[in-house]
Amino acid sequence: MDLEFRIPLGDWVDVALDWLLATFAGVFAFIRSVFLGAYDSLEWLLITPPSLVIIIVFAAIAYAAKGWKLALGTAVGFLLIVGVNQWDHAMESFALVIVATVVAIVISVPAGILAASSATASAIIRPILDFMQTMPAMVYLIPALVMFRVGVVPGIIATIIFSMAPGVRFTELGIRGVDKEVVEAGYAFGSSPGSILRKIQLPLAMPTIMAGINQVIMLALSMVVIAGMVGAGGLGGEVVASLNRIDAGLGFEAGLAVVILAIFLDRVTASVGKASRPGGRQRAGRPAKQSLQNA
Amino acid sequence: MNEQIALSVQNVYKVFGKRPAEAVKRLKAGKTREEVSALGTAAVIDASFDVRAGEIFVVMGLSGSGKSTLIRTLNGLQPQTAGSVVVGGTDISTISDGELRKVRQQKISMVFQHFALMPHRTVADNAAYALEVQGVAKAERLARAEKVLKLVGLEGWGDKFPAELSGGMQQRVGLARALCAETDILLMDEAFSALDPLIRREMQEQLVALQADLGKTIVFITHDLNEAMFLGDRIAVMRDGRIVQIGTPDDILTHPANDYVAQFVQDVDRTRVLTAGSVMEPARAVVNLSGGPRNALRTMRDLQTSAAFVVDRRRTFFGTVRDRDVMHLVESRAPDLAAAVRNGNGPVRAETPLSELFGLAVESPIPLPVVDDEGRLVGVIPRVTLLAALGNVPSSTTDIPIVESAPAPIPEQEVTRTLNKTSMDVTTSAEGGTR
Repeated sequence: MDLEFRIPLGDWVDVALDWLLATFAGVFAFIRSVFLGAYDSLEWLLITPPSLVIIIVFAAIAYAAKGWKLALGTAVGFLLIVGVNQWDHAMESFALVIVATVVAIVISVPAGILAASSATASAIIRPILDFMQTMPAMVYLIPALVMFRVGVVPGIIATIIFSMAPGVRFTELGIRGVDKEVVEAGYAFGSSPGSILRKIQLPLAMPTIMAGINQVIMLALSMVVIAGMVGAGGLGGEVVASLNRIDAGLGFEAGLAVVILAIFLDRVTASVGKASRPGGRQRAGRPAKQSLQNA
Repeated sequence: MNEQIALSVQNVYKVFGKRPAEAVKRLKAGKTREEVSALGTAAVIDASFDVRAGEIFVVMGLSGSGKSTLIRTLNGLQPQTAGSVVVGGTDISTISDGELRKVRQQKISMVFQHFALMPHRTVADNAAYALEVQGVAKAERLARAEKVLKLVGLEGWGDKFPAELSGGMQQRVGLARALCAETDILLMDEAFSALDPLIRREMQEQLVALQADLGKTIVFITHDLNEAMFLGDRIAVMRDGRIVQIGTPDDILTHPANDYVAQFVQDVDRTRVLTAGSVMEPARAVVNLSGGPRNALRTMRDLQTSAAFVVDRRRTFFGTVRDRDVMHLVESRAPDLAAAVRNGNGPVRAETPLSELFGLAVESPIPLPVVDDEGRLVGVIPRVTLLAALGNVPSSTTDIPIVESAPAPIPEQEVTRTLNKTSMDVTTSAEGGTR
C-alpha cells in the first residue's frame, strides 16, 4: 500500500513567519537599525583612513598577539588585497564578521554558562544548537530577507545563527571542565555562586572559551560569501558576481582575500586564547612547564 | 550547649539518588544499605559524634566508606538528608544560603585532597582567598597571608604560581588558605593522601605542631590507619557508611569493636602508635632511697629479683640498684643506698613511642623504668611486655610470670644469711620504706 500523505510543514512555517512579521514588525525594524548602525560605523572606520594606516594597525595587533612573523605576514597579505583591488570589499566583509561575531559571542557565552550550570538547560540548548548548525545556511537567508529586507542585515543575522553554536558548546565544555575540587573550595570558603563564576570558573575556562570564539569567527567568515547573495556586498558580493559572470579571475582574487582575512583572524584569536591560559591548569604533581611564562 | 563541643553531628544520614527521604525512613526501620539501594545510595548512615574544641578528630575508612561525604556534610557542601549538624552552636541544616556562607567564612574552613588551589592566582592570592571572600581589603589580606605562609614554611613564595610548587608545598598553600580564614574548625579531606610518604610524614608532624600552637579543632579524613593513629586524639572508623567505632588510638588498637576494626588495625605499625605509658606495667621492685641498703636487699629478696628501682619519698626516679652491689653495702655496713645506685638505663618518658624503646630494652638487663613529666616513676616495661604489645597479645601480664632477666638473683638463703649476720649492729629505724 502506498503511503500517500502530505504534512503541510512549509505552510505552517509561512503562516508563522507572517504572524511574526505582523506582530513584531517594530522589533525587526529596531534590530535592523541597530545592526545597520553598528555595521555602517565600523565600515566607515575601516574604509575612511588610507588603507596603509589600517594595515599598520592590523600588523601592530598581530605583533602584540603573536610576534613579528605574523605582523610581517599580515602586512604582506593585506597589501596583496590592496593589490588585487579588493580592499574596500575586504573591509566590508571584515566589518560584517566583527559585528556578527560580537553579537554571537554576547549571546553564546551566557547560553554556554547557563548550559553548564544546569543539566536541564543543557538538554534543551543542545538540540537547538544541532539544528542551527546543520540546517543549510542559505535556509536562514529566506526568513532573514523577509524580516530585514535585502542588504547587509539579513547577512549578519544568518551569520550569527550559523556561527553561534561553537561559542555555546565550548563555553559549556570549558566551565564543566574546571576542576570540581577548586569550585568546591570556592564554596567551602563561603563564596557566592556568582563570585565563583567570575573568579574561578570563567578564568579557568577562558582558554576553552577562546577556542570557541575562534571557531565562531571562522564560521562567520565562511558565511561571508553566502551573505553576499542577499546583497550584503563585500567579498561575498564579488564572489557572487564572478559566479554570475563566470569570471574565474575575479572569483579567485575575492576568494584569496577571504583566505587572508581568515588566516589573520584565526592566528590572532588563537594566540589571544593561548595567552589567557592560566598559570598551569594541570593538577598538582605534574611538571609545570608553561608556568614559567607567568612568573 | 556545652562550650567544649566545637562540632556536633547527630544521626546524620546522606543518601544520593531519586528518593533519599524514603531511603532514610527504611534505613531507620532497620533495613541495610543494600536493601535500600534501589531508592538511592546511602553514603552516610546514622552518624553521630561530637568533636571537642581543640582536638584532632580523625575519620578513617576505606574508599567508599562515606568519609568524604561525611566531612562535606559538616560544612554543608553536601547537605545531609536527615539529622543535624551543629557548628559552633549553629545548626547549619536550618539556615539560609547566605547564613551558611557566613558560617563557612567565619567558623569552618577546609583543606582538600588535591589541594584545589586556583592555578590562575599566585600563592599569596590563593592563601588570601578566604579573606578576599570575607571582604578584607587587599593590602591587609596580603599581609595576613604572608604571615600565615611564613607559619607553614613558605615565606617568600607568595609571588609564585601553584604549578611552580611541589605537591607538598602546594598543600602547605592549601593549609595556609584554610588557616588564613582564622576559623576555629578545620576540615581536612585526605589532605596528605596525595603526597609521597616522606613529605606526608613531615606534613603530619607540622600539622600536629601547628595544632598545638593554634589550638584549632581539626576533623581529619584519611584512609591510612597509621596517619589516623599518629594524628588522632580520637578516631572514628567508618565502614559502608556507618561509624563502627569511635575511640582513642589506643582504644581502637587494643579494644577493636569488631572483627572489621581488628582486621584493619592488624597492619598498623603498633610501635609508632603505642607509647611507653600505654603498655607499661606497675613497678613492683621499688625501693625508697631513704630506706637504706638493708631494706632494699630485703625487698629484692622477697620479690626474687636481682634489681630494684630507687625512688625518693615523692617517687622521683633515682636509678636502679643490683642485689650484689646492695649486698656489698650491707656487708660493709654502709648506711646510704645512693652509693649503689646506677643510672645506666633510662628512664624513658611515658609518651615515648615503643619504636624508640627497642634499642634501650636490648641494652638493659632489667625492665625499662617509665617516668612522668615530673620525673616520677609510673611504671616499668619488661622486654616481655614490649614483645606482647607488638604481637597484639593481651598486654595484661598478670598471669605471665615476668622473667626479670639475667643476672639471676642471689640465692635467697645467702641474702638472708647476710641480713641476719649484719642485723645486730645496724640500727634500722626507718624500715618499711619499700613501696
